[in-house]
Amino acid sequence: MADTPAHLKYTPDHEWLEIDDSIATIGVSDYAQEVLGDLVFVELPEIGNKISLGDDFAVVESVKAASEVYTPVSGEVIEINADLSDNPQLINEKPYSDGWIARIKLSDLSELKEMMTAEEYEEYLNTLEA
Amino acid sequence: MPDKSIKTPFYDGHVEDHAKIVPFAGFMMPLNYADGIIREHEWVRTRAGLFDVSHMGQCFLEGADAAKNLSRLTPTSFKKTDNGRSRYTVLTNHEGGVVDDLIITRINENLFYLVINASCREKDIAWINDNLEGDAVLTPLKAGTPLLAIQGPCAEQALKEALLPNTNLEGLLYMHGMPARIMGIDVFITRTGYTGEDGFEISIPNNDDKSMSIWRTLVQHEDIRPIGLGARDSLRLEMGFPLYGHDMDTTTSPIEADIKWVVNRKNEGFIGHNRIKKELTEGVERKRIGVKITEKGVAREGAKLLSPDGHTIGILTSGGFSPSTKQSIGQGYVESAFAEAGKIILVEVRNRRLRAVTHELNFINPRPIKPSA
Repeated sequence: MADTPAHLKYTPDHEWLEIDDSIATIGVSDYAQEVLGDLVFVELPEIGNKISLGDDFAVVESVKAASEVYTPVSGEVIEINADLSDNPQLINEKPYSDGWIARIKLSDLSELKEMMTAEEYEEYLNTLEA
Repeated sequence: MPDKSIKTPFYDGHVEDHAKIVPFAGFMMPLNYADGIIREHEWVRTRAGLFDVSHMGQCFLEGADAAKNLSRLTPTSFKKTDNGRSRYTVLTNHEGGVVDDLIITRINENLFYLVINASCREKDIAWINDNLEGDAVLTPLKAGTPLLAIQGPCAEQALKEALLPNTNLEGLLYMHGMPARIMGIDVFITRTGYTGEDGFEISIPNNDDKSMSIWRTLVQHEDIRPIGLGARDSLRLEMGFPLYGHDMDTTTSPIEADIKWVVNRKNEGFIGHNRIKKELTEGVERKRIGVKITEKGVAREGAKLLSPDGHTIGILTSGGFSPSTKQSIGQGYVESAFAEAGKIILVEVRNRRLRAVTHELNFINPRPIKPSA
């Protein structure tokens, strides 16, 4: 059973967000890393990039395939997890902490209303596994 | 998973070992088990991995003209092949392209055992039947007939300890096969594989509940772990082995695919010989090569290959991460001018161009194996 920390928000594309004022830290969920399998490379966005909801802003590559990560929020990339470039498996090992991907300064806080709570995300995962 | 795919006889074993099951060529196959692809790959390189390869097609070709027919269906001559000897070769079409690659073992003077790709099963059976002449009958085994591979440096020792304490496995040379009995049933064992490691493939022609007992007994051995299709792909890619339908197809010749050793120069008149013999003497315009990415990034099948000044010179046909050498590798076809190892090239990945270098097809050396006499 995938782990879903209660303090985070989730998206149907299996990203998580930790919101701190107008800053969102984004990563991929435990379920997502499990489906992706062993990661071998992460293509990170550049600091300063302006991104809009739905843009592909990072690429995670497993042994088998490349998967795009779509941003669930609009804003500016203010920080990236550079450790991932040498150690992409941090996403497999600690998806909710050391495996974070980027921090975004949000330009439209109303987008957060669309996010799922941990409880809602768990229910959503159940519908996928059924 | 709502799917009409066939479960192999070892399906319950995959579920017991928490496999991620994926549909593949009409079968429900394990992509990887709980260990994940990278650890499974490393296990095969250091110990012994057990693979369910029951999706592969198995056939017998029997008759006084069987050897003659195989020497016409493939560029390889089987007329003087010793009994018990296995050969890797390709079925060729009239244009000299590759219909499939396969391993053929001569069981006796008039009987051959063929292992073909799952995705080509129906096509190959039709192609062979359409082209048989004289006394030769093709008998395909039922789809999903149990076939196991045990691969890795500990394969011989572990297989012997687990199931065959009294069988002379040491005496079975590389690329040879022999009948044996396991748990009271008849099996056929070849010393073959597609990982670059020493190992065996075990065909169990009469499927019953014994197949699952064989699987369970093998995975209980401390040196044996089940390995999925994901690691099977990364293992063969590191060795530069082609994957049919990706690195080789009906348009590529065995010379372009750089497996010209399947062609016996004295084998006259095999299907497609005009192009293949011509290419042997005159050379080819494109050739299959290895590609090593020299900066961070992974390139996949279909990525464009470019010269340093930006001209398209070819295409990547397989690509991925090499767990043994910890780098991004691939194979593909390039114009012959770039086919020598060590040429600097670029690989287009999404909107970026990654620096790369052409390489020998294999990225690690094959393990020293018993000579094939």
